[in-house]
Amino acid sequence: MPVEIDIAHVARLARLGLTEPELDHYRDQLAVILEHAARVQELEGEPDVDVTHPLGVVNAFRPDEVRTSLDREEVLGQAPEARDGYFVVPPALEL
Amino acid sequence: MSWESVIGIEVHVELATNSKMFCGCAVGFGEPPNTSVCPTCLGLPGALPVPNQVALDSIIAIGLAFDCSVAPTSVFHRKNYFYADLPKNYQISQFDAPICLEGHLDVTVDGQTRRVGIERAHMEEDTGKSSHVGDGGRIHGASATLLDFNRAGVPLVEIVSKPEIHSAAEARAYAQSLRAVVAELGVSDARLEEGSIRFDANVSIRPIGVETLGTKVEVKNMNSFRSLERAVQYEIDRQIALVESDGAVVQETRHWDEEAGLTRSMRSKEGSSDYRYFAEPDLTPMEMDEAWIDRVAATLPELPAKRIDRYVGSGLEVSLAEILSGAEAPIRELYEAAVGAGADARSAANWVTGEITAWLRREETDADSLPLTGTQLAELISLVDEGKVSASAAKDVLNGVLDGEGDPGDVATKRDLIQISDAGTIEAAVDIVLADNPDAFASLRDGEEKVLGFLVGQVMRATQGKADPKLVNDVIRERVSD
Amino acid sequence: MDAPNIATAGEKLRDGSLTAVQLLDGVLKRAADTEAQIHAYLTIDRSGAIAAAETADRELAAGVDRGPLHGIPVALKDNMVTRGLETTASSEILSGYLPPYDATVVSRLREGGAVIVGKTNLDEFAMGSSTENSAYGPTYNPWDITRIPGGSSGGSAAAVAAGSALVGLGSDTGGSIRQPAALTGVVGMKPTYGTVSRYGLIAFASSLDQIGPLSRTVLDSALTLKAIWGHDPLDATSYRGEYPDLLEGIGDGVEGLKVGVVKELSGEGYESDVDERVSAMVDQLGRAGAEVAEVSLPTFDIALSAYYLIAPAECSANLARFDGIRYGLREDGETTEEMMSRTRASGFGPEVTRRILLGTYALSAGYYDAFYGQAQRVRSAIRDDFARAYSSVDVLVSPTSPTVAFKAGERTDDPLAMYLSDICTIPSNLSGDPAISVPIGLDSRGLPIGFQVMAPALGEPMMYRVASVVEQLAGFDAQPSLELVAG
Ligand SMILES: [Mg+2]
Ligand SMILES: [Zn+2]
Repeated sequence: MPVEIDIAHVARLARLGLTEPELDHYRDQLAVILEHAARVQELEGEPDVDVTHPLGVVNAFRPDEVRTSLDREEVLGQAPEARDGYFVVPPALEL
Repeated sequence: MSWESVIGIEVHVELATNSKMFCGCAVGFGEPPNTSVCPTCLGLPGALPVPNQVALDSIIAIGLAFDCSVAPTSVFHRKNYFYADLPKNYQISQFDAPICLEGHLDVTVDGQTRRVGIERAHMEEDTGKSSHVGDGGRIHGASATLLDFNRAGVPLVEIVSKPEIHSAAEARAYAQSLRAVVAELGVSDARLEEGSIRFDANVSIRPIGVETLGTKVEVKNMNSFRSLERAVQYEIDRQIALVESDGAVVQETRHWDEEAGLTRSMRSKEGSSDYRYFAEPDLTPMEMDEAWIDRVAATLPELPAKRIDRYVGSGLEVSLAEILSGAEAPIRELYEAAVGAGADARSAANWVTGEITAWLRREETDADSLPLTGTQLAELISLVDEGKVSASAAKDVLNGVLDGEGDPGDVATKRDLIQISDAGTIEAAVDIVLADNPDAFASLRDGEEKVLGFLVGQVMRATQGKADPKLVNDVIRERVSD
Repeated sequence: MDAPNIATAGEKLRDGSLTAVQLLDGVLKRAADTEAQIHAYLTIDRSGAIAAAETADRELAAGVDRGPLHGIPVALKDNMVTRGLETTASSEILSGYLPPYDATVVSRLREGGAVIVGKTNLDEFAMGSSTENSAYGPTYNPWDITRIPGGSSGGSAAAVAAGSALVGLGSDTGGSIRQPAALTGVVGMKPTYGTVSRYGLIAFASSLDQIGPLSRTVLDSALTLKAIWGHDPLDATSYRGEYPDLLEGIGDGVEGLKVGVVKELSGEGYESDVDERVSAMVDQLGRAGAEVAEVSLPTFDIALSAYYLIAPAECSANLARFDGIRYGLREDGETTEEMMSRTRASGFGPEVTRRILLGTYALSAGYYDAFYGQAQRVRSAIRDDFARAYSSVDVLVSPTSPTVAFKAGERTDDPLAMYLSDICTIPSNLSGDPAISVPIGLDSRGLPIGFQVMAPALGEPMMYRVASVVEQLAGFDAQPSLELVAG
């Protein structure tokens, strides 16, 4: 089944700032891959499932204990931009 | 046309655990930026989440407090959206399998109590904090956003009500009693000012009698109960005005502006937001079995609703029971102790919520350093009941006890506040008064009741008010009938 | 140099006829001779490795024995974070990134006294089957440097094949350990999901990723896995129960074992040399006393389709954190959103971009049920197929890859053809079961062929038992003749 793909919307959701030609290129490739992937729809009669851990691991929790945090200078040292102990980014759109 | 407002409230409660939801970083308030962060809560490549056992105990406690059913199994989901304060650019939350379902909360607005349904309570993680700075000079793109991830990953419980609230006042009452319960549980600081409990409202209107819901608007950014009430009222009025002028309500998120006293449309985080929820593959299912739920239930304190019932059961009228239930713990404990020591429940309740609370306010003393035991209060009450101390004198006795002069009996004696209830003494006093006032006595004999008061007064004067007025009465009547 | 293995080197290290420093020296020389042609490593941590080797020698001399990996040079796939040592997952977006912590497997290697030689090349974020999708250039196959080594753990596979490491760690999401092992003539193994900690493994698809060893021998594989597996409280998906003894079955032969040959994993699309070599090995197993039977697992036909929905869906969320804020690359922008979108568009390569788009689409409103939801149903149907099969056989066998190593650039423009390289390995990732690839010979062009042995969850001892027999029967001792191609 041919699938319709609003590639610009998908790229926006994924925060990928692609050019028009790039978008067209990826739309075509996705169409081919999805047509193959759509074969999953050949399977019938499987109930809705939450695929669980193969070894049935459940209730894996940790005690409420404090562990030492990272050194701030080491952390901020990896940041493209930091100031006064903060990470810095350009302003958010809505403000 | 007349309108009905339909309101649902979403509450986010920050849990007061030692460590964050999925990592060992300390949960604090006001620490220097980015000092309580680790690979997990910073979303560093390769880091993984592991859920905090105590946070899960806490949401179960919250669920039980609101009579929710705790799901036998529950899973975490990823809620996908990009935002600078969200380190992984997805929030670990819960979608279609929350931990708590179908509860309720009773809300009282001027005497009227209504039950509001709670749809669900689920577990999630908080975001970091962003602050916006402009640096003067340049015109364009000069400002920046500073990010602090200390709060990122702090455990959050989201409690979602059903759309069963129908006025701004009711919305406020719901929020207040919800906060009271959460505070009582001790699972959160529940401080609005610090944002450790946050309220959002979904508001819509519909013509009275219509069943279908109108378009809902989400109102955010209320940081006090008052602003919640104002914001909801504003939004109701705005929507009614809009519709009555043939406008249409748009589904959107609006920000409450406290100063301006109005709501403003706010650009959504992601155009048409599509959160692409899917089961969190880094975590495994949670199975909440009987043993776990019982363990949490055993730790629950007595909650306001239950306590009020119990007080009423022990003979208090509802209004008094509600006042007492709202009193500080030490006050309630003093009440319990006094009743335990044999005091009458109503008298004890009246004393602790009346005179004693007033004294604390006067003396600016903390309730837990109150210099009065339940036994002392019980003794004071029995002094009054037995007529040894008059109601007015009893207040002096209380002050004496609170000033450390000793137990009520001693204080009454030292302060010479014991009533004369010895028949002989009173008869003597009465006979003197009657002898001194033959005319009055005669007219009383002729049935002129009004002079009785005058004679009683004379006896009281003669005994410096220490005689038990009831006894005086009886003795005078005896003399009349002789 | 004739390449030593962990077991033989271990003896020499302990009888004093070899030091860890000498062993490392040989490995570093080998790297110096071969890296220009194969480019297995992104980073060689010479000083760190020498220090570790010297410590190992001191400890072993003092009688402190940390186990089989003590003093052994190990190659680490560059998607496992190493404190203070650049870790990029072969992506531009992590160029220059110095992690502030060690992955759990790295800590365990250090505790085991292993000598970490360096970080090996991979397809960006482990997405690929050829190690061509690397921002830092492809890795080439030591058996023929005009060909790819497979992927995504192509760097670790090539290093072990070339002798520039005795053993390597890779990660396997859809075959990324086993397929490159097959294409480079080494042993590659994917453990049961949940037995090796993923803490510190840069996630591709969390429900499928599993770290495992690439080695010269089946015994080395078991010895290495023994050192890195076990419960880790930092990974909520980590198995907390009993871990079996990996060496228990090695040497017991296949007498009386039931071996199932997967019907769906042969025939059309499989190179004849591959099919022939594999069925020859099956016959040998039969002659060695195994009961051989063909087994059908019909859902395998749609396993690839399910995989190419589930893995991209998870990766679309796992890779969302690369946003130019806390680490790695940043492109400028007027707003946060613009900065993020530019950073991600320029920081991710084409295959990663393609999979993020694919996964975002598969999860998005209106398509979830038809794609992601349905893929999950297929996944559980595949588990049911495995369960049915294992009710009648002890292990399942197949080729590891339908083809031998292909020419560099041959499939880069045809994603679907590239994805087909994993058709034999993907089912075990979807089920979470263990599987291993053992080299069984060369094709007519002198390129290695791999034989896959699959077992049920925690069936590693049975898997190794059969694999070691396959190893014996194959008697594979060929070495890549790099010098020739080099000349
Ligand atoms: Mg929420
Ligand atoms: Zn943390």
